[in-house]
Amino acid sequence: MRAYILKEFLPGEDPEQLTDSLPLVTGRILDSLATLRLVAFLEETFGFEFSAHEVGAQNLDNLNLIASFVESKRR
Amino acid sequence: MPYLHEYLTASSHRRPDHVAIEDPGVAQVTYRDLDRLSDKLRDRLRRLGVRPGDRVGIAVRKSIDSVAAIFGIQKCGAVHVPVDASGPLERTVLIFENCAVRAAIVEARLVEPLRAATDRRELALLALEFEAGPLPLARALEGSGGPGSAFHGANEAWGPDELAYILYTSGSTGKPKGVMISQRNATAFVDWCSDAFAPREDDRFSSHAPFHFDLSVLDIYLPLKHGATLVLISEANGKDPLTLAELASKSRITSWYSTPSILSFLTQFGRLERHDWSALRTIHFAGEVFPIKHLRALKDRVPHPRYFNLYGPTETNVCTFYEVPREIPAERAVPFPIGQPCPHYRHRVVDSEGNDVTRGEEGELWVSGPGVMMGYWNAPDRDDEVFRHDAEGRRWYRTGDVVVEPPDGNLIFAGRRDRMVKKRGYRIELAEVEAALYRHPEIREVAVVARRDEENGVRIQAFLSVRGSRPSAVQLKRFCAEHLLDYMIPDQFTVLEAMPKTSTDKTDYQTLKEMA
Repeated sequence: MRAYILKEFLPGEDPEQLTDSLPLVTGRILDSLATLRLVAFLEETFGFEFSAHEVGAQNLDNLNLIASFVESKRR
Repeated sequence: MPYLHEYLTASSHRRPDHVAIEDPGVAQVTYRDLDRLSDKLRDRLRRLGVRPGDRVGIAVRKSIDSVAAIFGIQKCGAVHVPVDASGPLERTVLIFENCAVRAAIVEARLVEPLRAATDRRELALLALEFEAGPLPLARALEGSGGPGSAFHGANEAWGPDELAYILYTSGSTGKPKGVMISQRNATAFVDWCSDAFAPREDDRFSSHAPFHFDLSVLDIYLPLKHGATLVLISEANGKDPLTLAELASKSRITSWYSTPSILSFLTQFGRLERHDWSALRTIHFAGEVFPIKHLRALKDRVPHPRYFNLYGPTETNVCTFYEVPREIPAERAVPFPIGQPCPHYRHRVVDSEGNDVTRGEEGELWVSGPGVMMGYWNAPDRDDEVFRHDAEGRRWYRTGDVVVEPPDGNLIFAGRRDRMVKKRGYRIELAEVEAALYRHPEIREVAVVARRDEENGVRIQAFLSVRGSRPSAVQLKRFCAEHLLDYMIPDQFTVLEAMPKTSTDKTDYQTLKEMA
């Protein structure tokens, strides 16, 4: 997931900058299209579907939040 | 009708109990109540000293309140200036100061920062507390009753050629520029929409575009003129295709209007096949080219509505239109034309000398008609650049768009003659992005280019050379977020040792485009 975000949305960035708590959506690192592409990537990689209202900063704002959201969906 | 606010008043007399606006999950309002709420605001604004011609800012999220604010301001004969309430404060202050707003209706959280950022003590702010529940405007106006009569042009030195609103768009000097639209400009457009699309009282219109964006002019006034219902789509819902698809289907929207980007998002990520679209009669799109691949996919899933491509810069609103055929031929690979001029417009296709080109050749599109803006706020130099007068005294607006006019008269968009690009339907002057980045202390030189890819549309790439330490992309994105609207923030940053130069020592954009 970290590698995907770096490659797709922060090409050339020092990987250390992408910390687990870096705000991706509210920090405007990901715009709306980038967020949707991340959602499609997560759905495909982890085999679950986001439902309406789940796509947003509450679940996607940083790597920690994304990891726990993915975890909760796979349970 | 000569004034926009008369659309609301007339519909309120005709069908007072019909729902004028629905804000799904939040509130709804009838025509009578919307008309009264905007009357109350008019009275309050007058008591605050607002007079015809004064500018009044609106920095409020999309809501019943922001629509009521627009009408309340117009009922004073004043000019509304909508800005992105979630955008950088710096930009809001710049706009409010540029057109010297007399008063502003703002979200409560913005009051302190606005006061701190401006030294104009006479600026009256009306604060709306959304955190305390729906319809904050009604609460803010409580106890502000008292008599007041609808503003009427005949009673004061005021006419339909006066300013109705100012929409700020990206400016090539690095500062946004204010497009001045008169009552006559706006009503010419709305009345054309009535003729072209024949709205019905049982129609339900989407409001997807933000109110500081000119697509919202159709959204707001067309349904309210015809006694139909406007369904508001918040910024958050508008960006999330799953929620948006569900909302649009459940709200039984009959007339949709948005940028092609949003329709592409819906098609790719919205699971449209799971919803019922039987209510939908018309889909309008505007603001950018609709890649044929995504349009075809959308029409496959939602085949029955009529599809219209509407074209025009903010300065003219829609000036040409094209109805997409029922069936898209399998071999079609290029986007559809922007179409024929609306009947209230004349057009010319001209070369760089301003002479008409031979039909079929590329040239710049010039238009003339009652929809063309009055000019840019307080920027006569810019007016001189874009307006030309012919021998008969007719005033032409140079769109800056390059088109081709084939024998069937359906104009084909062929590009821009300057550095303006469209991303997700929004105008971006690349020079404005450069100007923002130049404010970064570590940046020595910057050049911004756009590139188009089929999957992601337009991508903005910034090339930089730096003085000392190399700033991270994360830091640069955050820096941009403080100075630019979301859609202007570059997608990619590339640091170079030195900027490539042409033989005359100018930034070599051609080379940079090839590198992008």
